[in-house]
Amino acid sequence: MTATPEHLEYLLRLGDNALILGQRLSEWCGHAPVLEEDLALANMALDLIGQARLLLSHAGRLEGRGRDEDALAFLRTEQHFRNLTLCELPNVDFARTVVRNFLFSAFQVALWERLAASADPELAAIAGKSLKEARYHVRHAGDWVIRLGDGSAESHARAQAALDYLWPYTAELFAATPADAAVAAAAIGPAWSELEAPWAAAVVPVLNEATLAVPARTAFRSYGKFGRHSEHLGHLLGEMQYLQRTYPGARW
Amino acid sequence: MERKEWPLWEVFIRSRNGLDHKHCGSVHAPDARLALQVARDVYTRRQEGVSIWVVEARHIVASDPDAKPELFDPAEDKIYRHPTFYRLPEEVDHM
Repeated sequence: MTATPEHLEYLLRLGDNALILGQRLSEWCGHAPVLEEDLALANMALDLIGQARLLLSHAGRLEGRGRDEDALAFLRTEQHFRNLTLCELPNVDFARTVVRNFLFSAFQVALWERLAASADPELAAIAGKSLKEARYHVRHAGDWVIRLGDGSAESHARAQAALDYLWPYTAELFAATPADAAVAAAAIGPAWSELEAPWAAAVVPVLNEATLAVPARTAFRSYGKFGRHSEHLGHLLGEMQYLQRTYPGARW
Repeated sequence: MERKEWPLWEVFIRSRNGLDHKHCGSVHAPDARLALQVARDVYTRRQEGVSIWVVEARHIVASDPDAKPELFDPAEDKIYRHPTFYRLPEEVDHM
């Protein structure tokens, strides 16, 4: 299978979302509020990094320029990452972490469901595996959203603040891109703009149950998937890429 | 700051080839649903099981360790309670 630039961009976007959010979640390791959640968050970080490895390896093979998963993860600069800005934002607190996980994993479920029928057979296989993981993530995060939102005054306030902060970044998920149009025409994957309705149908009832007010859409737009990132991604990459940049080719 | 601990849940896992759920440890969780989830995350990350039971620890009624002598020691010299003194017909061997 030879890949068009749009196909590659689409794969990088999928892989980078998983990689960057996986890196963010791994920051909780050893710091979560309780041991049980520490393990749960680390498990989910590992699920995402596993998805990223498959997707970036696949993208590297299709690209045919000799870049493997490590080259793509550790040797690209900020503007070459195609992840959503939502995935790179700092964790801040447990509420923001689980609200983001909820918003993102609900999106991943809608996406993997469609990609399981991709004309790219490798991508279809990755989607089949990842869908099971995403379904668990959305269940785990959704349960926490309900507990925090419908919990104490403090937990409700933090969950609502997290939702208010993160919600504007969800507009980017569904923004149309030229790559999406080409990929959808080739039946490789859906244009992400098609996923807003199933995503909202999954997200809004849980937010209602959590007694959280769903914010209105504003004019704010983020552009991470176009390679224009927030100030947070550079710091994340600085930490994630430090070892390969300092000791090129280091293995253990 | 007031610190409320979540209740303790005992976790039982049935392995892929196992017929029974075996006690494997405990977790803290605010309710049954989350207890199942954290048990999944803590105790089945390496394919240890295909089914989980959780029971809130306070619902388990345990025998008194101090009553061990009267509860268990008397069975020590009742070897005739093991079915090794009977000759079984061929058909029911390996019972």
